[in-house]
Amino acid sequence: MQRIAEAARGGEVPPAIAFSGISVAYPLKGGGRYVALGETDLVVADGEFTAIVGPTGCGKSTLLNVAAGLVPAASGGCTVFGRTLRGLNRDAGYLFQADSLMPWKTARDNVAVGLSVRGVATAEARDRAQAWLTRVGLASMGDRYPHQLSGGQKKRVALAQMLILEPKLLLMDEPFGPLDAQTRIVMGDLLLSLWSAERKAVLFVTHDLEEAIALADRVVVLSAGPQARIIADHRVGLARPRELAESRHDPEFTGLHRAIWGALKDEVMKAYGDAI
Amino acid sequence: MPSERARILFWQIAVAVICLLAWHVLTATKILDPFFFATPLGVIERTWKDFASGVIWRHLGVTLLETVLAFAIGSLGGTALGFWFARRAMAAAVFDPYIKAANALPRVVLAPIFALWFGLGIWSKVALGVTLVFFIVFFNVYQGVREVSPTVLANARMLGMNDRQLLRHVYMPSALSWVFSSLHTSVGFALVGAVVGEYLGATAGLGYRIAQAEGVFDVVGVFSGMLVLSAFVVAIDAFVSVIERRLLVWRPDSAAAASAQG
Repeated sequence: MQRIAEAARGGEVPPAIAFSGISVAYPLKGGGRYVALGETDLVVADGEFTAIVGPTGCGKSTLLNVAAGLVPAASGGCTVFGRTLRGLNRDAGYLFQADSLMPWKTARDNVAVGLSVRGVATAEARDRAQAWLTRVGLASMGDRYPHQLSGGQKKRVALAQMLILEPKLLLMDEPFGPLDAQTRIVMGDLLLSLWSAERKAVLFVTHDLEEAIALADRVVVLSAGPQARIIADHRVGLARPRELAESRHDPEFTGLHRAIWGALKDEVMKAYGDAI
Repeated sequence: MPSERARILFWQIAVAVICLLAWHVLTATKILDPFFFATPLGVIERTWKDFASGVIWRHLGVTLLETVLAFAIGSLGGTALGFWFARRAMAAAVFDPYIKAANALPRVVLAPIFALWFGLGIWSKVALGVTLVFFIVFFNVYQGVREVSPTVLANARMLGMNDRQLLRHVYMPSALSWVFSSLHTSVGFALVGAVVGEYLGATAGLGYRIAQAEGVFDVVGVFSGMLVLSAFVVAIDAFVSVIERRLLVWRPDSAAAASAQG
C-alpha cells in the first residue's frame, strides 16, 4: 500500500491493479477455514500482460476473482488505477473458463447486452456488436445461439462480449482451457492481435506454462495451496508482435521455460502429492 | 425420415381402427351390452349431431375460457411466488412445509368449497385449475431461478448488470425456460381442473355435459363427451407444442424434442 501511495505522490501513472497483503479464506463444511491464498502482493502496470501460472487448485482463479470484486478478501486490499476496490470492479472485463454466454440470447445479443444495460440504443448496440463479431471472425454467426457454436466460437463471442465494453483491465481465467490444442493457438493469436491494438493491462491465469510465456510480458508463479504465495516472477523478452506457433522455437522461450518449470515442477508435485 | 414418420402415422391410425372395430364387433354381437357400453357408430353420430346443431360450441367455449384463465392466473401466481422464494431463502424456509402440505391436498375435496365461495359459474372451475397449475409453475420457477449457472450470473454482473437487469436478462429467461418445459403438464392440469369442476357442479362446459348424460344413463352421451374432450386436449397440446418450439429455440434439446414430437 505504501509503495503505491508513494508512486501516486510522485506523479507516476498508477498501476492497473495492485494487491497488497491479499489473503482469501473459504469456510469449510466441517467448520474451520481453508486459506486458499496466503498474504500476496502483486502489482500489474497499465498495459502489461501478466500471466499467472501455478498447479491446479493453487488459488490462481481466487486471485483473479478478488481483482474482479467477485470474491471478498479475508485480509489486505486491492487498488485499481490508484483507487481502492470496493464491490465489483467496474474497470475490468472478465473472460471465464466455463461457458459464460447467456444461452437464451443469440451471439449478437450476447455481445450487445453489455452496451444495452449501459443505455446504448438497441440498434446502435447491435451494429457495434456486429462489428465486434466481425473482428473476432464470426461475422456470419450473429443469429446463432450458443449451443449452435463450437467451443472456440463461444470463446470468440465471449471475447467480443468483454472487449466491446472497452475495459481498462482484462481478467482471464484459463479462458482457453477447455479448447483443443490447435484452437488454443489460434485463439491465443487472436487475443494478441486484439490486445496489441489497445494494450490494456491483462491478468491471465493459466496452468499451461507454454501458453503463459508465449502470450505474456511477465510470468508470475504461484505455489501449491493452501496458503499459496508467489514464488517466482519472470520477465518475457520475446519481441512483439508474436506468433504463438513461432515463439515456441525461440531460444529465449526455451530458456525461460526451463527456468520457470524448475520452480513450478516442485509445486506441481506437491499438488499431486496432496491429491493422492 | 419421412418413411419412418409415415410408418408411425400408419400404426397410430391402425391402433384407433382396431380398437373401434373391436368395440363395434363386441357390441354388435351383444357380448358387451350396447346400453352400458354404447356403440362407436352411435357415439360418432351423436358427436356429429352435437356439432351440426351447434349446441356443443358454447360448452367448448366455456371449458376453453376456464382453462385459459386457470392457466394464466396460476402461471402468474406461481411465477411471482417462485421468484420471491428463490431470492428470499428465509421466506422459502418458513413456507416450505405449508407449500408441501397444500400441494399434497387432493384438489377434488376443494371443489365443493370453491363452488360455495365462487358459485356455479366459471370462477369456481378457474379456482380449481389454478390450484393445480400454480404448484407446477411455482416449483419450476423456483428451480429455474436457483439453477442459473453461477458463471453466467458472474459474467452478467461483470458486464455491468444491476439487480433489475439481472432479473430481466438472466433470472427471468432461465426460470421461463423451466416454465415452458412444463407447459404441456400445466396446460393439461388447467383443463383437468376445469372439467372436474364442471363435472361436480356447473351450468355449462364439457364436464357438465358428461355429468348430465351420466345422470340419465345416456352412455352414448358420456362417450361422445369423452371423445370431444380427447380431441380438444390433442388440439390444445399441438398448439402448446408450436408455442414451445418458438419460445425455446435457443435450447440445445428443443430441436431434437420438436422433431421427435412433430
